[in-house]
Amino acid sequence: MTRESRGTLVIDIERCKGCELCIDACKPGVLAMTTQSRNDMGYLYPELTPGCTACHACALICPDFVFQVWKYDDPVAVGEAAP
Amino acid sequence: MSNLVDTAAPPSRPAKLVDDFAPPLILPGAHKLCAGCGEPAAIRSVVEMVDELGLTSRSVGVFGIGCYTSFSPGMDVEVLQALHGRAPSLATGLKRVQPQSIVFTIQGDGDMVNEGLQEVIHTAARGENVTCIMLNNGVFGETGGHMTATTVIGQRTKNSLEGRDPKKHGYPIRMAEMLAPLDGVAYVARGATNNAGNIFQLRKMLRSAFQVQADGLGFSFVEILTMCPTGWFLQTGEAPDYLQDKLQGFHKVGIIKDLAKAPDE
Ligand SMILES: Cc1ncc(C[n+]2csc(CCOP(=O)(O)OP(=O)(O)O)c2C)c(N)n1
Ligand code: SF4
Ligand code: SF4
Ligand code: SF4
Ligand SMILES: [Mg+2]
Repeated sequence: MTRESRGTLVIDIERCKGCELCIDACKPGVLAMTTQSRNDMGYLYPELTPGCTACHACALICPDFVFQVWKYDDPVAVGEAAP
Repeated sequence: MSNLVDTAAPPSRPAKLVDDFAPPLILPGAHKLCAGCGEPAAIRSVVEMVDELGLTSRSVGVFGIGCYTSFSPGMDVEVLQALHGRAPSLATGLKRVQPQSIVFTIQGDGDMVNEGLQEVIHTAARGENVTCIMLNNGVFGETGGHMTATTVIGQRTKNSLEGRDPKKHGYPIRMAEMLAPLDGVAYVARGATNNAGNIFQLRKMLRSAFQVQADGLGFSFVEILTMCPTGWFLQTGEAPDYLQDKLQGFHKVGIIKDLAKAPDE
């Protein structure tokens, strides 16, 4: 199956409190917590890999309103140049 | 690291905005709740469903007292602050003098079931045309995580460290199932904020409850199971599964009564 990105995020990492709720909420599993980098409050935060479906589950569960979610007008094949 | 998508700025290719950080009607940084708390997702869904139905300008939220009260100054919806447990009575008065308004309460399990149980029961029994919403985490979260009347058997709280034991602490109350049989009650459902599927289902329940009120069908009630990792002595990432395994085992998620779907009953 060809994977594609149907959307993308802006992640306001400075608002994140590192709870990891978004990681499990993301069905395609395209979010992962940093393992080294921390925000100014000292928390690990999520990063996005290709394959987002713009389902906005991450935004709905995030207690700290960290996500801006965008749905592409046309899906982008994974591997194509970054959005 | 090369496989990461740049998420510092909006995309340059054509795209539609689906979610813009804080939901409309809630200020960014509106609350000071713990990491991993399940209440922000519940409040967010409540105001978004009010907004989606076009009811915002007619709506008033009547707040009980608990961690969720942190939201009341940070919302662009009219808010009234009730005394502990008394929100359903305040909602009753408001709805009776302003019948065109859409009135909902935001209460916790401690607030609704311990502090003011008779308020919600009478409001439901009278069939007041308001929507009561209970955020159920099975603890008095704000005051330190003690046991409430909805704490499930085996749940660890500040004063049930070995888990709730019915021999010592008695049995919990299932609020939704207790209210549903009352004649004045038109809609009852229990949702949860612990995973994407439950949140999407919860949003439908909230929409139905507000629609029932807008249509004047009677009392509506939505109970929402929310994570309290702090009061449950858990890592934030463990709380959604704990909710599913422990709380949902006793407080079942689903629609319990919907008179709009069965008008002749
Ligand atoms: C009359 C009165 N009694 C006690 C309190 C203290 N009090 C404030 S919040 C709270 C617990 C609320 O628990 P709950 O409604 O479950 O909300 P949570 O914090 O768990 O979200 C209590 C007992 C109070 N404010 N007023
Ligand atoms: S919008 Fe959906 S697919 Fe994209 S990161 Fe969020 S949860 Fe994952
Ligand atoms: S759910 Fe929100 S606060 Fe929690 S880790 Fe994800 S982005 Fe951070
Ligand atoms: S104590 Fe529990 S309910 Fe209160 S903010 Fe913290 S996690 Fe949320
Ligand atoms: Mg509570």
